[in-house]
Amino acid sequence: MPPFRPPISGGRHERALVAMGAVMLRVSAIHAGYGPVQVLNGLTLEVSEGEVLCLMGRNGAGKTTLLRAIMGLIPLTGGEVMLDGEVISTLPAHEVPKRGVGLVPQGRRLFGDLTVAENLEVGLMTRGRGARVRDHVLTLFPRLRERLSQVSRTLSGGEQQMLAIARALCLEPKVLLLDEPTEGLQPSMIALIRDTVRDLKATGVATILIEQRVDVALSVADRIGFVSAGAVAEVAEAAALTATAPQFQTYVGV
Amino acid sequence: MDFGPLLLLAILEGTVTAAVLALTAVGLSLTFGIMRVVNVAHGEFFMLGAVLAWFVSQWFPDAPLLAFLLAMVICPLVVAGVAVLADVLILKRLNYEPEATIVATIGLLYIFQQAALSFFGPNARPVAPPFNFRVQLPWFGYSGYKLFVILAAGVLLLLVWLLIARTKIGLVMRATQIDRTTARAFGINVDRVYAMTFGIGAGLAAIAAVLVVPIQQAHYLMGGDPLLLSFIVVILGGLGTLRGTLIAALLIGLLDGLLSTAFFFPPTFAKIMATLLVALVLVFRPEGLFGRRTA
Ligand SMILES: Nc1ncnc2c1ncn2[C@@H]1O[C@H](COP(=O)(O)OP(=O)(O)OP(=O)(O)O)[C@@H](O)[C@H]1O
Ligand SMILES: [Mg+2]
Repeated sequence: MPPFRPPISGGRHERALVAMGAVMLRVSAIHAGYGPVQVLNGLTLEVSEGEVLCLMGRNGAGKTTLLRAIMGLIPLTGGEVMLDGEVISTLPAHEVPKRGVGLVPQGRRLFGDLTVAENLEVGLMTRGRGARVRDHVLTLFPRLRERLSQVSRTLSGGEQQMLAIARALCLEPKVLLLDEPTEGLQPSMIALIRDTVRDLKATGVATILIEQRVDVALSVADRIGFVSAGAVAEVAEAAALTATAPQFQTYVGV
Repeated sequence: MDFGPLLLLAILEGTVTAAVLALTAVGLSLTFGIMRVVNVAHGEFFMLGAVLAWFVSQWFPDAPLLAFLLAMVICPLVVAGVAVLADVLILKRLNYEPEATIVATIGLLYIFQQAALSFFGPNARPVAPPFNFRVQLPWFGYSGYKLFVILAAGVLLLLVWLLIARTKIGLVMRATQIDRTTARAFGINVDRVYAMTFGIGAGLAAIAAVLVVPIQQAHYLMGGDPLLLSFIVVILGGLGTLRGTLIAALLIGLLDGLLSTAFFFPPTFAKIMATLLVALVLVFRPEGLFGRRTA
């Protein structure tokens, strides 16, 4: 498999392969919610180049809301989000992905009536990427190449998830946000997603992965953040945790 | 006239009605499909197109062809501009809430009518057709301009289809229609898509009016019928399906042609029949004849 072309300049790429690079995304004490309902209460985190940060937490803890807030899809009532040194939380929502933030939403949210090729095209248009990126993404997911003209609504669940990830990779993202990509998938598909995340990590992409499965989290994460009541309650190095660590019991309930 | 030729005449007349109606209704269908805005002022965009075409025709009273060609370019652009302003200044500020936009577009309807009354006056005014040749059939002569209207509408509808189905702009519009939040998360400026869609929808109504005004005079109250018929067509065809809109427009146009030309019913009768058809469709196939069942 050819290496994924990094979305960042060459020099930093080489360093990213050796060790984790500079902080790519910094979320500082953000508050946000829906109308009068406050969901995020001073949430703070950071992810570096080539790092995978796993977020875990109970249903309703605010994980998806955090991703919406990073994308600018809901307004912040406090705090800020910085991407690669630039404040992005004051930008209109459609400018955030153009800066290099790729989103794989919970439940995939493909453009269901559009074909596989058209879904990818929407992703490519975000940052003006072309045939090179498209080809690379299709090399990562050959099954999509066989189904380019298929209406995406009719794909199997696993194929839909591949397409959701492929669509986000069409941005050549600096930061990739994955919201429960393994939800409802069989083990071989989960393994494929895990390998994809690992490969991306090697190319310097900063990844936030929201994940409910302890084994998946432990196998790809550099650090695991536990979200509770709209804030990151604790962050731990993945290497320092085992599947029986008390944090999983406390914050995820498994 | 024998019934055979009369039927042919009725079909021709019906096709002219259908062609103009299809253009107007596709405009309404686009704004509803993509923005979920029920644009009650759509007929007034049609009226504005017709009235503007009359003004353009007054600049060149001796050159109807030049005036017509100019009107085909200027009128849809001006009306689209007005629509974009209405979108940005009014609809966007209402957050496209369904009830609020209906009330707002009713307001626009009266504003446009009164503006037309003030600047254009209460009288119906004819616009000279760009050319006058008649096509002589064995049984009767038929207006060459009406045949041109059918052709022009066909070409314009083809262009709309190409825009939606084959261009990047169309892809962006379709993605926005399906899921505007996810569209935003992929860099699509939804506000701009909406303004553009509202402009294109209004521009289509205006261009339909430019085509129709040499056949039917311009009048400040002429927007009512196209609005009613466009709604009928959009409901019959199924919301957001271009193909359904076209087929329904053809159906309604031919119904109108047959009933009023071949069977000499008063024109209102065709409208009553069409409305009845809509009621039946709403009862038995609420997603429209060609719409996809969503439930
Ligand atoms: N559109 C919305 N409007 C109002 N409240 C919402 C909306 N979306 C989410 N919420 C509320 O915000 C809170 C956090 O929801 P969120 O989707 O961020 O949770 P989550 O951590 O992603 O949960 P899950 O693990 O189930 O996906 C919940 O209480 C939810 O009910
Ligand atoms: Mg969630």
